[in-house]
Amino acid sequence: MLDPDSGLSLTIARIVQRLKGSSLHSQLERQARVSLHKPEIKLESLKEDIKDFLRTSGWEKKLQNAVYSELNVFPSPCHPAAPPEHMKEPLAYMRKAQGNWEKRILKSLNSMCTELGIPLAQKRPVNEQKELLNKWNEMGTDEPDLSLFRPVYAPKDFLEVLMNLRNPNYENGEQLSFRNHLGLIQVPLKVKDIPELKEDFSELGLNIGQLGIDDSAQVPPEFFENEHVRVGQKVLAEQDSAAAQQYVRQGCPTALRADLWALILNISNQPEDILYYEQLKSNVIQHDLLVDSLIYKDVKLTASNDDYYFVFEDYLYQVLLCFSRDTSVLEHFTYSSATPPKSYIRGKLGMEEYAVFYPPNGVIPFHGFSMYVAPLCFLYHEPSRLYQIFREMYVRFFFRLHSISSHASGIVSLCLLFETLLQTHLPQLFYHLREIGAQPLRISFKWLVRAFSGYLATDQLLLLWDRILGYNSLEILAVLAAAVFAFRAVNLMEVTSLAAAEAVLADLSTLKVMPLLQIFLFATVT
Amino acid sequence: MGCVSDGVIFSALSWLGGGTEPARPGVAVIDIRFPRGAAADVQEIVFRNFYTAFLSVRVQRPGPGGPRRWVTCLRDHRLMPCPHTEEGSQDYFSLHRHQMLCDMDQVTAVRFILRQPSPVWLHFTIEELQIFPPGQKSPQKDFTSWLSQLTPPEQPASLHGELPDPEKVSTEVQQMWVLTEVIRARQAAARIGRFDVDGCYDINLLSYT
Repeated sequence: MLDPDSGLSLTIARIVQRLKGSSLHSQLERQARVSLHKPEIKLESLKEDIKDFLRTSGWEKKLQNAVYSELNVFPSPCHPAAPPEHMKEPLAYMRKAQGNWEKRILKSLNSMCTELGIPLAQKRPVNEQKELLNKWNEMGTDEPDLSLFRPVYAPKDFLEVLMNLRNPNYENGEQLSFRNHLGLIQVPLKVKDIPELKEDFSELGLNIGQLGIDDSAQVPPEFFENEHVRVGQKVLAEQDSAAAQQYVRQGCPTALRADLWALILNISNQPEDILYYEQLKSNVIQHDLLVDSLIYKDVKLTASNDDYYFVFEDYLYQVLLCFSRDTSVLEHFTYSSATPPKSYIRGKLGMEEYAVFYPPNGVIPFHGFSMYVAPLCFLYHEPSRLYQIFREMYVRFFFRLHSISSHASGIVSLCLLFETLLQTHLPQLFYHLREIGAQPLRISFKWLVRAFSGYLATDQLLLLWDRILGYNSLEILAVLAAAVFAFRAVNLMEVTSLAAAEAVLADLSTLKVMPLLQIFLFATVT
Repeated sequence: MGCVSDGVIFSALSWLGGGTEPARPGVAVIDIRFPRGAAADVQEIVFRNFYTAFLSVRVQRPGPGGPRRWVTCLRDHRLMPCPHTEEGSQDYFSLHRHQMLCDMDQVTAVRFILRQPSPVWLHFTIEELQIFPPGQKSPQKDFTSWLSQLTPPEQPASLHGELPDPEKVSTEVQQMWVLTEVIRARQAAARIGRFDVDGCYDINLLSYT
């Protein structure tokens, strides 16, 4: 692989280059210049004194947080000889599969556009713009006719694609042999087994306090909860991203969660961020996109029907409509296996100067997309802050759940991890379900794609998402899915059809996630 | 396959086992002889893997006595952490001089011994093989050498009336120029937040290419 020294240099160079243009850079310069007036800065030891000043005033910590954030988001640099598509996705056949899947989506969107006779994008007339601006905070009261629109795809369509994913260099024989996987996913990706997961998720161990277990009514708060809250307040006071990420592995106290997540994601509500959000809002007002109708439809079908989330309907429009206009999201395509859809200004087909991305952020929403935003509405009430948190969560985690890649947190690996865990540790259950035509992944896929949003109770979901942030990985979703099957194994062994199995697992709202995870990882006899 | 560009030594490959087909799992050997029987020093070997699990490299070079001998310079280097799974299967790798067990001077031939013990793969090989002699650095490498001068040792420059060496100054200036070119090229791709073209976002259908 890459020589460790040059790998480190490349990483440093990349981070320096990315931070150079940022507002943090200009703020640091301004602070350094301002500090020159201070008496403790002496000319002889200028460099050291300024460094000390930046450290004591907390600016060095901000820089550390920014560097840590970059390290978390961007993958380690590729070999210099590797082309850019290699960083997106190293395996050629997966790139091809993702390309084919995207083509299908584009065809579907194009045909919807021609059938309905609605343009992909059009400028809103002035009176319509005024009207939208007036009811910006209550777009949920609008009842547009969305009956002709249909979602571009649903998770089960995506599952069909993943099931048919094959490595052309792999012995995919027709007869069942050790080469074939017994589940739905047939690609030989490396997934972790329980001993490796135990090591990775060691903070979830039986002898370590957890929120979600050790804060229940029966446990006196002096044992764990009070101290944990105190440590959390200290972490917030220090404003250290890395410490916060380590801390939330044991769960976030409800009162501190919003600030801790913002610290981990390195979101600080600067004036320019609020201004950026306002700019996006004005873009929404000016142009009407076909994708907007898809968003409306999705929110009406999913979040509005959910007992917990229907109150946030207006927030969801405010976030998702602006999200579609945000070109900064395009950056994540350098490390995502997906490619943003492209189009040309009317009349200028093929001319590169008139090429644009559609939608501006390159992300076409699917059925259930709004459920990524809904849980965050419990934590953040100011639209621009809610927006930033969602955007950061999307470009760090959620994009991996609906694109085909070999990444360890990609949906393909999560599916394979789930199936492998179930097959290894509940072989009888797995065999039984397979025999009755109820492949377990058919039931759990929708949980994985939505990161369990809309299936778990919200407090439990937030405890789960604490761990996603803490471990910077989505693997915990697959472990939880397997743990849920393990929990309901007795009932599942008695069912005789897919529908009955679905019924057993239809309602997860009473589940407590942390005990399930702990038992599955640490208390099951292997 | 083989390519010839400035600084890259080898061109034509001779594949053991006949033909240019990648091999079934087991062992495969790729022989490389430098054109016109020339001998060269090897600094770095770069290639793209295709499902090879372990790589051994032997070179033919003059022995202490005089006549040329085959010497193993890399033994069972692991390319795929688990031979049955995809990790590392299509990655790019670099082998540097300092990782080798022997000297890489005056090499006349290089033999790559590829091993893939897992029976699940249909074929395995290595591709896009390139061998670099010393002194030839890709622009990327220039970038990193500049960076290593970013935190120089804490010694004040001791000019004392001496003029700096013009050779040194000109290479440093060259490196700085390469760096600014790289940064300028990257900055051109910076987003400025506009998704329309001159206020117009009236678009055709989405294109498939």
